[in-house]
Amino acid sequence: MKTQLKKVFELAKPSFIAIAIGLLMGFLVMLAFNPLQSVPAFLQLIAGGLNQGSSGIGNTLYGAAPIILTGLAVAFAFKTGLFNIGASGQMMMGAYVSLHIGVLWNLPAGIHVIVALLGGIFGGMVWGLVIGLLKALRNVNEVVTSIMMNYIAANLLIILIRSNIYNADAARSSAILPTAILPSLGLFPNSTANIGFGIAVVIAILSHVIIHRTTLGFELRATGFSRDAALYAGMNTKKNITTSFAIAGGFAGLAGSVAYLVSGKTISIAYTIFVEGFDGISVALLGLGEPIGALFAGLFLSHLRQGGFYMQIYGFVPQVVDIIISVIIYVSAISAVLPKLFKRFKKKKDEVAS
Amino acid sequence: MNKQTYKIEMLNITKRFGTLTANDHVTLQVYPQEIHAILGENGAGKSTLMSILFGLYVPDEGEIKIDGSKVDIHNPNDANALNIGMVHQHFKLVETFSVLDNIILGVEDTGRFNRINYAHAKEKLIKIIDAYHLNLDLDTRIKDLTVGQQQRVEILKMLYRDADILIFDEPTAVLTPQEIEELMNIMRNFVKEGKTIILITHKLNEIKAVANRVTILRRGQQVGVHDVSKVSTQDMADLMVGRNVSFEVDKKSVQATEKVFEVKELTVLKGTQEVIKKLSLDVYKGEIVGIAGIDGNGQTECVYALTGMLPVKEGQVILNGEDITKDSIRTRYEKGISHIPEDRQKYGVVLDFDLQSNLMIQEYYKHEFQNKNFLKKDKIKTHADALIEQFDIRSEQGATTTVRSMSGGNQQKAIVAREMSKTHDLMIAVQPTRGLDVGAIEYIHGQLLKTRETNKGVLLFSLELDEIMKLSDRILVMYEGEIVGSFNPKTTTQQELGLYMSGAKRGHV
Repeated sequence: MKTQLKKVFELAKPSFIAIAIGLLMGFLVMLAFNPLQSVPAFLQLIAGGLNQGSSGIGNTLYGAAPIILTGLAVAFAFKTGLFNIGASGQMMMGAYVSLHIGVLWNLPAGIHVIVALLGGIFGGMVWGLVIGLLKALRNVNEVVTSIMMNYIAANLLIILIRSNIYNADAARSSAILPTAILPSLGLFPNSTANIGFGIAVVIAILSHVIIHRTTLGFELRATGFSRDAALYAGMNTKKNITTSFAIAGGFAGLAGSVAYLVSGKTISIAYTIFVEGFDGISVALLGLGEPIGALFAGLFLSHLRQGGFYMQIYGFVPQVVDIIISVIIYVSAISAVLPKLFKRFKKKKDEVAS
Repeated sequence: MNKQTYKIEMLNITKRFGTLTANDHVTLQVYPQEIHAILGENGAGKSTLMSILFGLYVPDEGEIKIDGSKVDIHNPNDANALNIGMVHQHFKLVETFSVLDNIILGVEDTGRFNRINYAHAKEKLIKIIDAYHLNLDLDTRIKDLTVGQQQRVEILKMLYRDADILIFDEPTAVLTPQEIEELMNIMRNFVKEGKTIILITHKLNEIKAVANRVTILRRGQQVGVHDVSKVSTQDMADLMVGRNVSFEVDKKSVQATEKVFEVKELTVLKGTQEVIKKLSLDVYKGEIVGIAGIDGNGQTECVYALTGMLPVKEGQVILNGEDITKDSIRTRYEKGISHIPEDRQKYGVVLDFDLQSNLMIQEYYKHEFQNKNFLKKDKIKTHADALIEQFDIRSEQGATTTVRSMSGGNQQKAIVAREMSKTHDLMIAVQPTRGLDVGAIEYIHGQLLKTRETNKGVLLFSLELDEIMKLSDRILVMYEGEIVGSFNPKTTTQQELGLYMSGAKRGHV
């Protein structure tokens, strides 16, 4: 057990270093703008919502749920060697289907919310499936299709809201019925925390089990590491690519449901691409592409965001957090590449030596 | 000529990479106008030594003398300035450029506005070509040349740069027997004209044929310098490996009466081009059928079509009397095909998986390894441990070693173990010993013969004629996607096969 912990720590070391450097950079920025307030503000940032009572912690969990799920959407596809930067689009479609069901369908309490959640998964899955099919059958680069599908989703979302669930007075989608609202987590009064966080945890564990313990995960990983070797081994790599993207899309769709099956939450018809999708890339990267890693990375990012929110008391804008996150991602992206570069360099040397 | 002064002296050269000592106080002394062979297995330090001479590495210890005076060679430009040239094993040519362009690349003679002065270069090259009978058209594009011709472009490149010390790194690996003969004549001409040649190789009969002296390396150390005329190939082999090597394989006679595999009029497309044209062949139980041919004559595509990795346009593939032409890769495995792939790191293994996963990578879905879609970790481990023991696969952490960290020979052993141990009737082995050392080659050959003795069919694709001759019960020659000859290894010669391999002769089979 102890050796295993050590191994995990060894793996996560680059992420910790990246976080440290990111925080340092953030602190320097704060120091430059307002030296007097920078120390207490920075301490607040690090404390996140932890010193703000149950509402602080609850809000952290609420904010973590969708980005953990989009993080899983990126990490899961990544295990199959695919770069899913279309989590935003998949999430938007999931959110729409959930809202559509939440607003228009009349179902009994308890069932309604479940159907809305399933609808969200379905919406994201369809969106992911398109990318997966294009990749598998026509070998269209998934990065390109992911981006395009994001734009399509952003526009389609406006059209769909306007024609189906439009509240013209607010220029937003209509409010969902009370039966479609996700139940509160119950542990943290005065907060928006709902069972979305629980769902995210379950999905993270489920992803971990699928990837590392099942034959499907074995196939997906084999395909991810070497498509040629997987093909040679008799696996259906096209099916694997499609499946992987559909599942990833489902996770992102669920992120949309979790974020919007909330009392009073609606979608504006102003053109936008959900930022949680891009946060998912950060989460997956920081989590080293592992589902459990994404769980912790998502929590951490949400924690920082929460800290940034409370930091405003000291006159700092919460955008500082975005700087910190950006630096963390940069550094962790570099540190993910550096060992590989060293390895390659070393390998080359060895090759010539032989 | 004063034989006492050496042309090249590398004295007590030591080169370390981390904990590995690639060259351990190696001394190499070459007379002027000599063909000096360097013999050694993979990893013996031949390439390192030559890379030092060519300036790719700087030695940790030792010194280099050219014509008796000490020199420092820090990079290939220094080597060029000392008139040292090297033909690498893998050619470094721009496919879409002409021969001329490739040769002058990097040393272009330019006039006003950076216009290249071709006429001057051409004049010089034609002189060289005539002097050494290189027989090469300067305006042809590289991609339209045979491998042998491409090699001559590389040689010409050295000569154009006025090299008079020529290093050849495994130059015959890609050539037909006829081309090898030509190359050796070219080498002899070079020496006559005053050049000095270093020949890196692990092929003993080539050394016998062309070299004057040989320096033998083993595990980074120099273990002997001999006059080729005074040492037998057997002695050279023993010195190279460090123990007694047997060249003969012990081949028990097996009665081949029952057909296990048949290919009828197979046609395969690559793009729109027919790379396999109406190819037919059959394999009997207890028989090794060797497919000889020069690289790029459709062997790869043929294997892919037989194993299901490429679709078949026309024709039939029949295993045990059953048509498997349209079956998936997995179905073919299940029906009894084993496949040792050509590119072991690309296809044969998932490098980033551990050894145990790679040993069951075709069978993970079977009940032996999974229960309700959950992998049985303990079964996977015991299965791997059994194979590791039985096939003597060496790795640092046993079943859980990442395959990437294993040596090429052990990666190949792992693939052989997997393919041999699963139920099969036909083994398709493609270049099974490429890049392996003598010990591993002996081992793999033994395993292939064992497959044959257990009354299975073996289809062996190899570019090494020695290997084909040694193992096969029947040899088929493949040329431009067709079988152009069928031979009995007991009665044919490498020369005869070479004529068919190069397309100079063809028959109907």
